[in-house]
Amino acid sequence: MTPADFTSLSAVALSARVGSGEIAPADAVQASFDRAATAGAGRESLNMILWSDHELAIRDAHSLAEGMAAAGRGGLLAGVPIAVKDNIATLGLPTTCASKILAGYVSPYEATAIVRLREQGAIVVAKTNMDEFAMGSSTENSAYGPARNPHDIRRVTGGSSGGSAAAVAAGVVPLALGSETGGSVRQPAAFCGIVGVKPTYGRVSRHGLVAFASSLDQIGPMARNVEDVALAMEIMSGLDAFDSTSSSREVGGYRDQFMSLATSPAPLEGMTIGVPEEFFPENLDDSIRRLCERSIDALKSLGAKVIDVKLPHTSLAIPVYYIIAPAEASSNLARFDGVRYGFRTDMAASLRELYSITRSEGFGPEVTRRILLGTYVLSAGYYDAYYKKAQAVRALITRDFGSVFGDGVDALFTPTTPTTAFPIGGITDPYEMYLSDIFTVTANLAGVPAMSLPIGRAAGLPVGGQIIAPHFGEAAMFRVAYALESALGTEAHQ
Amino acid sequence: MAVTHDDVRHVAELARLAVDDDRLDHLVSELNGILVHMDALAQVDTKEVEHAVFAPVDSTPVRADSGSPLKMLNPLSSFAPSVKDGFILVHRLASHEDSADRAP
Repeated sequence: MTPADFTSLSAVALSARVGSGEIAPADAVQASFDRAATAGAGRESLNMILWSDHELAIRDAHSLAEGMAAAGRGGLLAGVPIAVKDNIATLGLPTTCASKILAGYVSPYEATAIVRLREQGAIVVAKTNMDEFAMGSSTENSAYGPARNPHDIRRVTGGSSGGSAAAVAAGVVPLALGSETGGSVRQPAAFCGIVGVKPTYGRVSRHGLVAFASSLDQIGPMARNVEDVALAMEIMSGLDAFDSTSSSREVGGYRDQFMSLATSPAPLEGMTIGVPEEFFPENLDDSIRRLCERSIDALKSLGAKVIDVKLPHTSLAIPVYYIIAPAEASSNLARFDGVRYGFRTDMAASLRELYSITRSEGFGPEVTRRILLGTYVLSAGYYDAYYKKAQAVRALITRDFGSVFGDGVDALFTPTTPTTAFPIGGITDPYEMYLSDIFTVTANLAGVPAMSLPIGRAAGLPVGGQIIAPHFGEAAMFRVAYALESALGTEAHQ
Repeated sequence: MAVTHDDVRHVAELARLAVDDDRLDHLVSELNGILVHMDALAQVDTKEVEHAVFAPVDSTPVRADSGSPLKMLNPLSSFAPSVKDGFILVHRLASHEDSADRAP
């Protein structure tokens, strides 16, 4: 297998070649490490990978090969190297959330999503850079410095799952995991020109995902094509006894459903796709608008009926999100106090000081800002005006989606982001940074599934189109995405 | 509702964060710069959904307290002070000091 072979293979194709014995798992792992070296994945260059262990990964590959030889077959991801965001617990590699406060922490157990991927033969080769505790939209808020976009190293990868997005885009791995709270898979996927999925809340177990905002968080896959993310979703989804918010609903055979329509001239016949006007404001970048219009034309040519719809509370999503998410974060991050995990200050003279100095030295500026904000909106005198009000408006946002989908709309199409990847250091105002999530955050608030896929380039930089579906409507979402991906072909990257 | 220096000191105390006085001005300015955008919510009529709370689409059942243990990187005994029957033994709290059955 040449390096070019490896970087061009999808997860599905690589797994098939490993399963047939054509490629040894250890060779696939070695190809991933070789590509990481040539792409400059480490701290000194693109800074997409925080932790990796070549010896451990090769050992896992040999164990897999032995298991395959004994069983006479490989799994659905046999020998596929995967990269994992640094806030998802893995055995053997650190899980630090790119934070100084968790420096050196190695989880004693593994996330359910990782366990399920490993059962199908996936091999974890790297933990990826991210905004500290997933708080950010650019992967600049990492204690280990910003990740850089493989399409233009002067620009951000997006965030918070920027390292995973960059690793897929640079061909280091065909499949990676990120996590979503307000768009942290879809936004970097759009900025890096790959596919990223935010599942329905409850579709994928959160067990082993370090909690940021528990009513919003979801693990999601990232890959270079729709089929690979659909496969990862089939494997990871489903009830998990360790996450009481995980759903027992049956997991659809997503790939079978859209593959069965692959040869149809009108694979979206009978589907209605809504285009919400709130996602196409007058000041939307002209290039992004034109690429979205091209995609909408493609959806029509694929047989879909496309209609205009309204999601009237969309403009309130950012204020709602930046009350609810920090509120939940202020509670979830209380556990990092220097007693149980990672970093502990040696400057404290009392237990109180141990807590406060450890936390102040261990958390970066954005995490500190959000903890203060979250504590403020939950504090006596402000709870009703901020937190309770935000929860009520969240219900209105959820109701907007319910109304549209209840009226017969099968999926929505929007731009994923209002801009392409911006320069590193280009946004310094916190609220301006929050606005880069404006098209993604409503899906998290409503708990519905959404994904981003490449729909073209603007000034050489990738642009993502977003598909949003009703709760547990992943099958419809993937059907639209696969058809659009096929229709756009190479234009999706031009 | 503008955030004051005292508000930030109070919230930092609640959040167990040490905030130096020389950072206070900056934090007050930043928090006010963010919270001013939240005022838009006050204009929204939410009477119909006043008591709404977000809940997952499905219920959140409590699992049976049983099943196989989690696969661990290292055995429990490698990072617990003492283990008995699969449980970690720790020192008793002072409030239990009347118990004769003392842990190590």
